[in-house]
Amino acid sequence: MSWLYRFASPATFYPLAGKLAPWFFAASAVTGLIGLYIGLIEAPTDFQQGEAYRIIYIHVPAAWMSMFIYVLMAFYGILFFTFNTRLSAMMMSALAPTGAMFTFVALWTGALWGRPTWGTYWVWDARLTSELILLFLYLGFMALQAAIEDPRRADKAAALLAIVGVVNVPIIYFSVQWWNTLHQGASVSLTASPKMAMIMLTGMLIMAFSAWMYTIGASLLRVRAIILEREAGAEWLKRHVAEQAR
Amino acid sequence: MTQAGVWAGFAWGLRRDLRLSARSSAEVLVVLGFFLIVVTLFPLSVGPDPRVLHRIGAGIIWVCATLACLLSLHRMFALDFADGSLEQMLFGAMPFPSIVAGKIGAHWLTTGCPLLLCTPLVGVQFGLSGGEIGVLLLSLAIGTPVLSLIGGIMAALTLGLRGGGALLALLLLPLYIPLLVFGVGAVDSYAAGMGIEGHFSVLGAELLLALVGAPFATAAAVRTAID
Repeated sequence: MSWLYRFASPATFYPLAGKLAPWFFAASAVTGLIGLYIGLIEAPTDFQQGEAYRIIYIHVPAAWMSMFIYVLMAFYGILFFTFNTRLSAMMMSALAPTGAMFTFVALWTGALWGRPTWGTYWVWDARLTSELILLFLYLGFMALQAAIEDPRRADKAAALLAIVGVVNVPIIYFSVQWWNTLHQGASVSLTASPKMAMIMLTGMLIMAFSAWMYTIGASLLRVRAIILEREAGAEWLKRHVAEQAR
Repeated sequence: MTQAGVWAGFAWGLRRDLRLSARSSAEVLVVLGFFLIVVTLFPLSVGPDPRVLHRIGAGIIWVCATLACLLSLHRMFALDFADGSLEQMLFGAMPFPSIVAGKIGAHWLTTGCPLLLCTPLVGVQFGLSGGEIGVLLLSLAIGTPVLSLIGGIMAALTLGLRGGGALLALLLLPLYIPLLVFGVGAVDSYAAGMGIEGHFSVLGAELLLALVGAPFATAAAVRTAID
């Protein structure tokens, strides 16, 4: 565990994050290009939806990430409460904007996809609505943190909000599903055999991997910015900056 | 933390907040007035067609109940926070989560409960049948305590923040959605001649979950504001 604690210190993590971030971005770019090549060029045209279906290579990974990231934020919130590690709270705040971005992308691409297939940009369908609510949860999280000036209180309040939110996310999801369902069922699930062609699935999974890599890279960069902001004036940071300048 | 201490804290918090509300009873009435005026706006905006009003009546009453709860939440902690008595409660001998539970109970008794008493009247105005009003009342009776319970957490999180009111709405209303769906769903399902047990089971489950979790989460949220 000791190595874990060592990297829970902002002073050790800051340079490490700076070294790692470009690699994650590179991995994201390479897999993103491969995924787009498979999705836009290799994969066959869908016999029902034509070319319009190809938006899933963005839409589905974005929707997955939007949900994963919220759970991940709550996980960091729990870590923060149990171990009282400031870095966990910083990671939690660093993830939020990326999560909100993916939620927005999922909604936007969903609207663009809905127009040719359902004949309308927006319907009050269960999945669309719960994704919209998820966007509000992200916005609320960021708004709460922005409204609190004292960083320690902001961390604690945001962690608590993320935990309360993650308890409620499944309840909201199922209540909205009960309320109305028009969206096609999930095409990929762990229990049933996939209903889509293997090559489409491959393209989507590669794109999801690329989205993961992007998320890690972006949150590492953002956590560096947060560390800079919080630790401004700390001795280790002054030394580090001086070393970098040389 | 003894069992007697837990109940003493609950009773103390409940009695204290009820007494404070009794001394400024205008505040309770203002929330009720807010509920009634917002409900009244809907027939004026969508038109007086009885079929439309009957269709949307239960939904409107539920939405207005959530808004009325939202509007009255600042009463729960803000004044005690401002004059320092909340801090005294936090460091006092009685277990803090049970005092918080008492305060939440008092909030429900002074907002959710009066709304319930007005609901039959408003239901009749929207042309709901007797049975529908009964189901609506039952769904509000189970649901409004959850409004106060979840509301307590968020009211504590936003204690003393600038722009607290709008922020509170942004944080809280998404969490109210399941209650809205199942509360209104029960009435719709009853009107369509289908079973309502499923809806009430979910509402009841949410009430239990909130009863167990919310006082502790609220107490933790108050601690973040005071530390």
